[in-house]
Amino acid sequence: MTDRFVLLAGLLILSILGFMTLGAEGSWSFLLPFRGAKLAALMLVGCCLATATVLFQTITGNRILTPSVMGFDALYVLVLTALVFGLGAAGYAALPGPLLFSLNMGVMTGAGLLLFALLMRGGRGDMVRLVLTGIVLGLLIRALTTFLQRMIDPSEFQTIQSASFARFTFVDRRLLAATALAALPALALAWRMRFRLDVLALGTEAATGLGEPPRRGQRQALVLICVLVAAATALAGPVSTGFAGPSSFFGLVVVSLAHLVTPSPRHAVLLPSAALIACIVLIGGQTVMERLLHLATPLPVVIELLGGLLFLFLLLRKAHG
Amino acid sequence: MIEVKGVSHDMRGQAILRDVSLSLPRGGVTALIGPNGAGKSTLLSLIARLQRLQRGRITVDDLTVGACADRDLARLLAIMPQSSAISARLRVGELVGMGRYPWHGGRPGAADHAAVEAALAQFDLTGLRHRFLDEISGGQRQRALVAMACAQGTDYLLLDEPLNNLDIAASRQLMALLRHMARDQGKSIVIVLHDINYAAGFADRVIALAGGRIVADGPPAEVITPGLLRGVFDTDARISVIDGRPVVVV
Ligand SMILES: Nc1ncnc2c1ncn2[C@@H]1O[C@H](COP(=O)(O)OP(=O)(O)OP(=O)(O)O)[C@@H](O)[C@H]1O
Ligand SMILES: [Mg+2]
Repeated sequence: MTDRFVLLAGLLILSILGFMTLGAEGSWSFLLPFRGAKLAALMLVGCCLATATVLFQTITGNRILTPSVMGFDALYVLVLTALVFGLGAAGYAALPGPLLFSLNMGVMTGAGLLLFALLMRGGRGDMVRLVLTGIVLGLLIRALTTFLQRMIDPSEFQTIQSASFARFTFVDRRLLAATALAALPALALAWRMRFRLDVLALGTEAATGLGEPPRRGQRQALVLICVLVAAATALAGPVSTGFAGPSSFFGLVVVSLAHLVTPSPRHAVLLPSAALIACIVLIGGQTVMERLLHLATPLPVVIELLGGLLFLFLLLRKAHG
Repeated sequence: MIEVKGVSHDMRGQAILRDVSLSLPRGGVTALIGPNGAGKSTLLSLIARLQRLQRGRITVDDLTVGACADRDLARLLAIMPQSSAISARLRVGELVGMGRYPWHGGRPGAADHAAVEAALAQFDLTGLRHRFLDEISGGQRQRALVAMACAQGTDYLLLDEPLNNLDIAASRQLMALLRHMARDQGKSIVIVLHDINYAAGFADRVIALAGGRIVADGPPAEVITPGLLRGVFDTDARISVIDGRPVVVV
């Protein structure tokens, strides 16, 4: 296992080096802080989404559904749309950055908890029902978003569109700091839960018998998931192709890879492994696509394509037992 | 001592347990028998707080179920439920190791490793410890689950149909082991059994449950009678006495 982690760490360092140095033109005093901020944002987003996905899969007892497949980041677009709808594009633009950030975090955490409460009623253990409930809820959110957008003036619509794409090209420092302030404690708490998560993963009865009744742990994990995804989404926009498009499979890809590269039931292994892989995919992917291949295709599109295939594969394999 | 006082339980408006009271002193093997749907599993899961208690009161030593800290109860009482769906993909050794969680909270020490080794050896699982749960037979899986409950090292052990899927040798071995744990280590074991002959052969006390009520309670020789088979199980099997022990001729 250690050698796998050494390998992952090596890949990450390589990605970071490539990201920081390749295609560097101009003065370093400008490039270093510019690319550094971008790097920090990518790592933060990667860790948040990977951790949120692991937590989510553990407490729902499934390996197919993720917060994003459920349309959690579509929720972000919904909040955005609702704001533009309510305030108008001018009113929206006038909102101060920190207020917008806290508003987004607050609404997404609240709505997320509500969404998960609905989902958990669908019944843990009943895989098909769980996945279906999740997908239908995701569709509902997207449909509601589209509905609101139809009623918005086309020019104001532009505002939403530009704000809801994954924005890894430009990183607002203050936003980065605010996100870190919310995300780092949540990441630390998730790490502290690692042994309890191992027990929760056994299932309701076994966990209760071992003195770890799932309800409390599930609630705590849910709050962490909401904060993590909200933070990542507020910082970068949905990592999906954006705009009411297909849901994001980023978390799914990363956690499936983690299960593959470091197979272990222990969250002390799974959490760091998934976070490392997430950072490698984001940073390495960005470097290869932009700086080496000079492709115009944004990274999310590629992740989306591969992730969609993986999702289908997992679903079909599950259906065949 | 496990004390159950006036416990009633309803599900979907149907009475599952009706005013059940019983007390199980420390030490000994108690067999819980009764027809399908009698409420045996429900009773065990209420004692082990797997289901929320609706009416009545259950205490285990000085702990009140439902009010005490979950970890304290997990160090005093272990349960193996009837259908243990383990959702994580674990190896046998890892599963048995999870039984120690109430003691080490995730950081196993030397004593924990020793307890796991002992449980693996006792249940003939040492050779299977690196196999995944979905790569072993039903009986082997059943043994792993019982081993996990034993590794928890509690004074009270509740086992819901542990003989499911076990062959005759493994069944007898398990029952002998339980009796040994009760006699020599002072453990209190409650075990749900369908094969009445195992209850007669290994239990110190037999409690029969039917329709959510306790209908018989006492030493095997007194409880296991043709009257019980007819009245409670509605079947006409003969009982003959061999070596002073009732044996159901099926
Ligand atoms: N989740 C549930 N919802 C509604 N009724 C239930 C539920 N679980 C069990 N029951 C009912 O409660 C009664 C007692 O069930 P229980 O599982 O305690 O029986 P049991 O004595 O363990 O039976 P068996 O020998 O078949 O395991 C049964 O009539 C059953 O139909
Ligand atoms: Mg039962």
